[in-house]
Amino acid sequence: MSKLTLNTTPVDARPAPKRSIGAIAWLRANLFQGPINSVLSLLAIWALIAGLTPLIQWAIIDADWIGTSREACSSGGACWVFISARFEQFIYGFYPSELRWRVDLTFVLFAVMIAWLALPRLPAKKLAAVLTLAVFPIVAFYLLHGGLFGMPTVPTHRWGGLMLTLVLAVVGIVAALPIGIVLALGRQSKMPIVKSISVVFIEFWRGVPLITVLFMASVMLPLFVPTEVDMDKLVRALIGITLFQSAYMAEVVRGGLQAIPKGQEEAAAALGMGYWKRMGLIVLPQALKMMIPGIVNTFIALFKDTSLVLIIGLFDLLAIVQAALADADWLGYSIEGYVFVAFVFWIFCFGMSRYSQYLERKLHTGH
Amino acid sequence: MTSQTAKADDTPMIEMRGLNKWYGDFHVLRDIDLTVQRGERIVICGPSGSGKSTLIRCINHLEEHQQGEIVVGGIPMTQDVKRIEQIRHHVGMVFQHFNLFPHLSVLENCSLAPIWVQKKPRREAEELAMKYLERVRIAEQAHKFPGQLSGGQQQRVAIARSLCMHPEVMLFDEPTSALDPEMIKEVLDVMVELAEEGMTMLCVTHEMGFAKTVADRVIFMDQGQIIEENAPEPFFNDPQSERTQLFLSQILGH
Repeated sequence: MSKLTLNTTPVDARPAPKRSIGAIAWLRANLFQGPINSVLSLLAIWALIAGLTPLIQWAIIDADWIGTSREACSSGGACWVFISARFEQFIYGFYPSELRWRVDLTFVLFAVMIAWLALPRLPAKKLAAVLTLAVFPIVAFYLLHGGLFGMPTVPTHRWGGLMLTLVLAVVGIVAALPIGIVLALGRQSKMPIVKSISVVFIEFWRGVPLITVLFMASVMLPLFVPTEVDMDKLVRALIGITLFQSAYMAEVVRGGLQAIPKGQEEAAAALGMGYWKRMGLIVLPQALKMMIPGIVNTFIALFKDTSLVLIIGLFDLLAIVQAALADADWLGYSIEGYVFVAFVFWIFCFGMSRYSQYLERKLHTGH
Repeated sequence: MTSQTAKADDTPMIEMRGLNKWYGDFHVLRDIDLTVQRGERIVICGPSGSGKSTLIRCINHLEEHQQGEIVVGGIPMTQDVKRIEQIRHHVGMVFQHFNLFPHLSVLENCSLAPIWVQKKPRREAEELAMKYLERVRIAEQAHKFPGQLSGGQQQRVAIARSLCMHPEVMLFDEPTSALDPEMIKEVLDVMVELAEEGMTMLCVTHEMGFAKTVADRVIFMDQGQIIEENAPEPFFNDPQSERTQLFLSQILGH
């Protein structure tokens, strides 16, 4: 027979016990817990010091920063003079120097629009979105290309450097996302023709390397369009990159769509919503939120892939630095050149990555 | 039958004739005939897999039937998307797993369809949403997200969300099956109130207390067929079919 247990004394909630904190306690808990951990920690610290010291020595301590020619580089470290001497070319390519304010203005406008969209404190997001997606591209085109209000035209073969990289990446990103969404929805469609077109499109573009796409865009496309239409080489590259990336985007979006429980669409349908409302108001907002890591991953891949345009003779950041390396005045500074390119790419990609993490936290609604 | 709130319109709310449905080769609904008058409260019960959820999901075309006809509020069901949406405007549905939209606040969950489907101004839709949230006693949570609410609270929001569309009939698909025991009552209370106000209701549920209190008719389904259909009092006290007796002994036996 079991005995009655009765406890009527309430136990007050108490704070959790304090964990030992402080530098020593942290070190002991995380780095030197037991002999094996201690040895591994010491090895790792030694490897870091052994690897980083020469790098810092080369890149910062022994480096030459000031000057205009290779004579300034005498201390044996990195020769950043090469970068600073060619900096304008790396940014603007062969854009005429007296017109570079137009590029600057475009960059500034773009930065303002992005800040307006990205910073939650700033108001009127809808207006900002409309301006960014509808007005800004037109303004940017005429600013960069010219030909309006007496602004001299700068043909695209004079564009280059970071400016060209950004044009390729931004246009690719902005165009690939909506096309990718439409393709992903098409692939899930119950209509057989829509579905097969989407599947064929996606599988075709996913199956070919971007380099061949760019070659095709540059060599084959002119064979198919009438000769009167003289399609710009940059435009062709943009179309190629956009179609290629939209296929990847479609697969990312499809993954997100599949992760949304069927009940969500059913609940929306039961409320009388049609297909586009169900997708636009219920399924896509949730799917896109889940897909942020995948989408940003695709954006980052796209951003880096833009450097492949060098094989069809467009001078993006990487290509223009490589061209500068061939300059007889600056022979032998290829490490500096590539480190600089890598650093610029890293800044942009890391920025995108951090923003996506912030966005994920912000959009989390506790489910 | 209590029909003090039945509308002057005396066409049946729902008519099903010779309804058949298959999932692949599995014959899930077999020759279903069912007529639901306006203001009627019907409870559908039966063992799992008997087709009861599928039956009510056919009414708003979440499931497609292959044979037979369904007429909802005088509108015959066809394949036409516009027609289906028109029918759905009159039919509210509450799901076992609530299916609230997790990315929207409680208030937005309720005002979304009035704004986008019925084209109501936002202010008006939000007032409407608050009215129904008050009725299910959850107005103070209006600005929270569904993920922050308990199961019982979520299900009451789901009921309010449906009511915001002013449905003429409400379908409940096992509304309390996913709830912890102590939350079942708060949802059933709301459903009883709704029934007392004269709402036409079809409930798939195993809450036999609820069936005894509010149902005009109880329907027992097994293997895709309607086996027995009766007023609650005789249904529970004097079940006719053997299968009904067995089922009732299993769910009421302990």
